Amino acid sequence: MSEDFFQGYKGIALELLKKFNVRVWGQAEIETTRGKFKGTILPRSENDDDTHIVLKIITGYNIGIDVDTVTNMIETGYKKANYKIPEKEFPYTEGLPKVKLIGTGGTIASRLDYRTGAVIPAFSPGELYGAVPELADICNLNTEKLFAVFSENMGPEQYKTLAIAIGKEIENGIDGIIIGHGTDTLHHTAAALTFMVQNSPIPIVLVGSQRSSDRPSSDAALNLMHAAYTAGHSDIAETMVCMFGPTSDEYGLLIGLLLEQ
Amino acid sequence: MKQKFDPKANYEATKNGIGYVPRKEATQKNYDEIGFMSGLEVHQQVDTEAKSFCRCPAGMFNSSDIYDAEIIRHMRPTLSELGEYDGTALMEFRTKKEIVYRIKNETACTYEVDDTPPFPLNREALEKAIVLALASKLNIVGEVHITRKQYLDGSIPTGFQRTAIIGVEGEIQLSNKKVRLIQLSLEEDSCREISDIGHRRVYKTDRLGMPLIETVTYPDMVNPDEVKEAANYIRFLNRSTGLVRTGIGAGREDVNVSCTGGTRVEIKGVAHNSWIPELTHNECYRQWALLNIKNILNSRGSVNTWKAISKFIDVNDYKSINNYINTNSLIAEKVMVILLPNFKGLLSHFTQPKKAFANEISDRLKVIACIEKPNMTNSEDLNNILDEKEITDIFTTINGNEETDAFVVLWGPESDMKTALETVEERCVMAFKGVPEETRKSFKDGTTIFERVLPGADRMYPDTDSAPIPVSSEYIDSLKSRLPIIVSERINQLKSWGIPSSYNTYILSKNLIGLVERIITELGYEPKFVASIIAGKFKSVEGRTNSESKFNYERLFDLFKFVKENNLDNGIINPMLKGVYKYPNLNFETIIENLKIKQYSKDGIIAEIKLLKEEFNKIGFSNNNKNMTDWIMGKMKRKITGSISLKELRTLIVKEI
Repeated sequence: MSEDFFQGYKGIALELLKKFNVRVWGQAEIETTRGKFKGTILPRSENDDDTHIVLKIITGYNIGIDVDTVTNMIETGYKKANYKIPEKEFPYTEGLPKVKLIGTGGTIASRLDYRTGAVIPAFSPGELYGAVPELADICNLNTEKLFAVFSENMGPEQYKTLAIAIGKEIENGIDGIIIGHGTDTLHHTAAALTFMVQNSPIPIVLVGSQRSSDRPSSDAALNLMHAAYTAGHSDIAETMVCMFGPTSDEYGLLIGLLLEQ
Repeated sequence: MKQKFDPKANYEATKNGIGYVPRKEATQKNYDEIGFMSGLEVHQQVDTEAKSFCRCPAGMFNSSDIYDAEIIRHMRPTLSELGEYDGTALMEFRTKKEIVYRIKNETACTYEVDDTPPFPLNREALEKAIVLALASKLNIVGEVHITRKQYLDGSIPTGFQRTAIIGVEGEIQLSNKKVRLIQLSLEEDSCREISDIGHRRVYKTDRLGMPLIETVTYPDMVNPDEVKEAANYIRFLNRSTGLVRTGIGAGREDVNVSCTGGTRVEIKGVAHNSWIPELTHNECYRQWALLNIKNILNSRGSVNTWKAISKFIDVNDYKSINNYINTNSLIAEKVMVILLPNFKGLLSHFTQPKKAFANEISDRLKVIACIEKPNMTNSEDLNNILDEKEITDIFTTINGNEETDAFVVLWGPESDMKTALETVEERCVMAFKGVPEETRKSFKDGTTIFERVLPGADRMYPDTDSAPIPVSSEYIDSLKSRLPIIVSERINQLKSWGIPSSYNTYILSKNLIGLVERIITELGYEPKFVASIIAGKFKSVEGRTNSESKFNYERLFDLFKFVKENNLDNGIINPMLKGVYKYPNLNFETIIENLKIKQYSKDGIIAEIKLLKEEFNKIGFSNNNKNMTDWIMGKMKRKITGSISLKELRTLIVKEI
């Protein structure tokens, strides 16, 4: 299998890279009508045009070079990017409640590849532990990715799958369940589950985040911690949603729907 | 018999030992010996209507206690692919600070609090930034990519600053060398800090999001004066385009300094260029001192076997500490002593004028453990808080050796003690390695204190909310016509007129070179005189008076013209300046009238001299002609202003006598 040396580049930009034999992840010196530029060639995003080449310069910033202005390019080095995330073990503590995190497709926590700027979702217990280490003080966490669907595309099929999975976990003796969910239809899924999972013996907490999890101001981590605490330690045995209260970091909210029979 | 240790003497001895000289006495040889190296990052607000990424107005400022809402945030660092946290991010996270933002409706919207994604980049800001980059001879990029730069101190609610490179690899021309520029970037300004006490920091959001350009130089400067010169040059350059904001807070410098074997330390937010020489000089020697401490420590033992030993003590057992805490009303829920083996003579080792190594520890206790100062004393405190007996007692209590060791006594809230111990240990371990990478805060006296761990270059990643912006060659060419005359040419022009360089700053920063030129060439005034009036006397009037309405510098041209056309003596200009500035609409005749200065003819003056001569003889002070001349001069000096010059007056008096 041949490697894609020109990740994301097409059209005129691709031709230029090929012409001068300069690859993505290569260190390049580029001469243009506007002067000299030096840096690492980065992959091109598929949504961007084919008339520019992206360079990461030594100070860490990215810039674009207009293909029309290039008079010469040479590759002076090459170091391919490695997206591997080091695995850390989620520490299990005797006496803490067992909580299962079911993933439906959103990004609950992320890690950043500073070299390329890629945002890599953290999902396995080890990855989540790396991103939100406080979880290990709250519960013993296991995770499972049930499906990967944008929340605006969720419907009865997904609700059914979720309900069955919840039932299975309860039979296995789990102490609490967290469901990671996109914010678009979090409330629909929660309402559906309230009807579908009746007389639950354990808390079932749907959780999302308003601000994306890669940014430092994200509410993702705190929401997750609140959800884990509720799932593991509370006696609220029903389906509920856990999100942030106000735009200020003051408190989280738990919202549930009680059914009268 | 045991020799009593004298911290102050040790301080002086170590100061001389490393070769510290005060800046005024330092020569290039001194700087070459320690390998002085410095680079600049000059920030300047761009003059635009709106902010960078939203439509809020730019340039409106609120007072700290007037706000419509307050919100609270806590910042969390994001792990990098190496499984590590960026050092600064980790430090900020450890402080567990609550960050409060005060918001005023007129100057902030939901973008500022990170509840709305960014609007497209402000085109007025982008255009002006490109012109500014062209003026610095930088290569303009083909496509502007917006990047996120993480800041966890809370100064930006999102936890990152959006910033983009506009140009790379340029240069500026100083008086005797060229300084290379790495890049110019366009970024959003941060919040203004209102207070930072304990675990709570409060900011206001009026300045947040305003467009800012940052010009970064290579570390090409080899002495403190060069750094100041470069900072001034860039300032003039930016101002000469007319595209930047002026006034307090519109511009600030970050200065990077290192010595041979040292590290790049960033002195952040230097508000006045005049502080730069002292700051860079002292920072370079501070690093030199830390390297000396490193050598001493390593000669005494390895860092691998070094360990601090701590113990809580009862403050009631130590009268001096008890008094000190009570007198200063300090929080001292717990008092801890920490033994630092092999640190004898190092806590009082010189690091900066009036500061020793112990200060480095105290600064970190405030920033990282959030314990307000004064937060500690030590076995070699220059402030002599503990007495001899107490020092010996404490050494005994902690099983330390008074001959080879040192200790720190710190106090504060119980909940901060764990972080405090970690902080002290961490700083002492760093001392074995040399100079820690830091961001430091500057003071007027030329010294600095620790502000945060230096952020890594890898805390940047592309802004996923913004698309790249292409910059075409045609667009750049159209902007080239907006470039001003190069600043170095202007400086040479002033020099060629014989104008002393001390006047340059005022003339260039106010963009008055055109005005000065017209007064010289169109009205025929002597250049040195014009400069001394405008950049000397008028500058001082401006500093001490308030103008009734906005002052237009063109009025100065009119003043010089008025004096020439009415054949008045030049000496009248100076006394008129105050009135000219204070009342911008008042005509010149009235200003002169108000000065109560009569116009004398030559005959009138001679008559006056004769009268005064008689008076002097009557009073009979002396028969000395010089005394008489001086006395008459004194009497007439002010009266003849505008009529004849002082030199002419003296000539007339001498003639009469």
